[in-house]
Amino acid sequence: MHHIYCPYCEEIREEEEYSYTGEAHIERPKDPASISDDVWANYIFFRTNPRGIHHEMWYHAAGCRRYFNATRDTNSYKIHETYKMGELPTITAPTKAASTKAAKTIAAAKGDAS
Amino acid sequence: MKKYSGFSLFKHSLSHHENWQAAWRSPQPKKEYDVIIVGGGGHGLATAYYLAKVHGITNVAVLEKGYLGGGNTARNTTIVRSNYLWDEASKLYDHSLDLWKDLSQDLNYNVMFSQRGVLNLGHTLQDMRDIERRVNANRLNGIDGVVLDTAGVKEIVPIINDSQDIRYPVLGASWQATAGVARHDAVAWGFARGADSFGVDLIQQCEVLDIVTEEGAVVGVKTTQGFIGAKKVACVTAGNSGVMAAMVGLRLPIESRPLQALVSEPIKPILDTVVMSNAVHAYVSQSDKGDLVIGAGADSYNGYGQRGSFNVVEHTLSAICELFPMFSRVRMNRSWGGIVDTCPDACPIISKTSIKGLFFNCGWGTGGFKATPGSGHVFAHTLAHDEAHPLAAPFSLDRFNTGHLIDEHGAAGVAH
Repeated sequence: MHHIYCPYCEEIREEEEYSYTGEAHIERPKDPASISDDVWANYIFFRTNPRGIHHEMWYHAAGCRRYFNATRDTNSYKIHETYKMGELPTITAPTKAASTKAAKTIAAAKGDAS
Repeated sequence: MKKYSGFSLFKHSLSHHENWQAAWRSPQPKKEYDVIIVGGGGHGLATAYYLAKVHGITNVAVLEKGYLGGGNTARNTTIVRSNYLWDEASKLYDHSLDLWKDLSQDLNYNVMFSQRGVLNLGHTLQDMRDIERRVNANRLNGIDGVVLDTAGVKEIVPIINDSQDIRYPVLGASWQATAGVARHDAVAWGFARGADSFGVDLIQQCEVLDIVTEEGAVVGVKTTQGFIGAKKVACVTAGNSGVMAAMVGLRLPIESRPLQALVSEPIKPILDTVVMSNAVHAYVSQSDKGDLVIGAGADSYNGYGQRGSFNVVEHTLSAICELFPMFSRVRMNRSWGGIVDTCPDACPIISKTSIKGLFFNCGWGTGGFKATPGSGHVFAHTLAHDEAHPLAAPFSLDRFNTGHLIDEHGAAGVAH
């Protein structure tokens, strides 16, 4: 069971108070009508799903009922940090060729969207 | 391969069973293969077996980072059924169920397939409407199924709590009599032995570190035992599919999560069928050894740690105790987690990719065991012909772009 620090409540609470809501920092394409099906599918279905450092959203359902982000290791389950929406993580995975390519795909998706 | 038979059992008993032939070789990897299958679980081994048997492609290696059948094949709750809602899924799973029926004879290996029936319980009026819809759909697809009321369930499972005063009373169930369970390890070992007999190299302790591509086509894999060349690489790596895809800069519509199961101490025969409940999130059967085999839910968060949260197990056991009050004092022996590759529509991906020669068979999520022979059979066809088997075609990666999803959350057994 995780003990998670809510950056809004500023308290460590048990996992059962929270809901997991998936990968963080995914931006909705600004103009869905103008983008290709592939870019839309990439936004809505395709995920990084890394083994290691993962940035993800949690929802404090039985607390302040606000969304926040966490940086968690999906191997060790250690939560490195939690931070408020709009903030950036201070801990990130070491850049590999693969994650660069993934980032490029995201960048391309955003480029297409704007 | 020497055939197993009653006579061979008798013959070897004379030498105290010390001279049995090894079930498969432990070869050194060759420099190049026609096909490399990454992942030596049930699905990977079945793929290798059918590649060799049906399509005559025997220059094949199965690379396994641990030992054969040591991942989710060893960690599931062994349920086999085909009562899925949509045409595409029910045809695929029923194809698998057909193969299960003769699998022991086909492999000359007893996989202990036991068609003891599966109940999917309904606890609300909406559950019962969904069950009727699903059973009707099944029957139109030629899959057996009946809708039972509370008394009907009680007749099959006399020990179930049929009180209408509990939080989730049993209002009825769907019943697939041809469904059942099989011995999970035997399935992996049987396919391994069968594939090996055709000359497939099963290479254990060989982790794939990178997939090597040239000009958009696969040329081989980098492994802990060096580079191995192949024009076709098939990833059958369940929870690690995302990691494999990242090696070539691809992403998949998959998230990997821990799914837990547990077994109790062995008790005398008490439950001769499989009872599943989506709503209260519990499923249970009794193994031939006597232990209750219990499946819990998937954790809500991504993880590769092969262990899950305690609250998930607690939730499942409270549901089991409500359904079967007599189990309340049974002690649990072991619990474990497997990493399941969940897809947004709870259906698998059996597909080519944008990289030539790279194939994926993944996304089976919480219910891949039942599909082991069928999955291997259709995926082998896909690999051999470079074109999807008709039953596998609807499960291409492309469906996430076209929007033709096959939403099986209702029939997938566990919510995820």
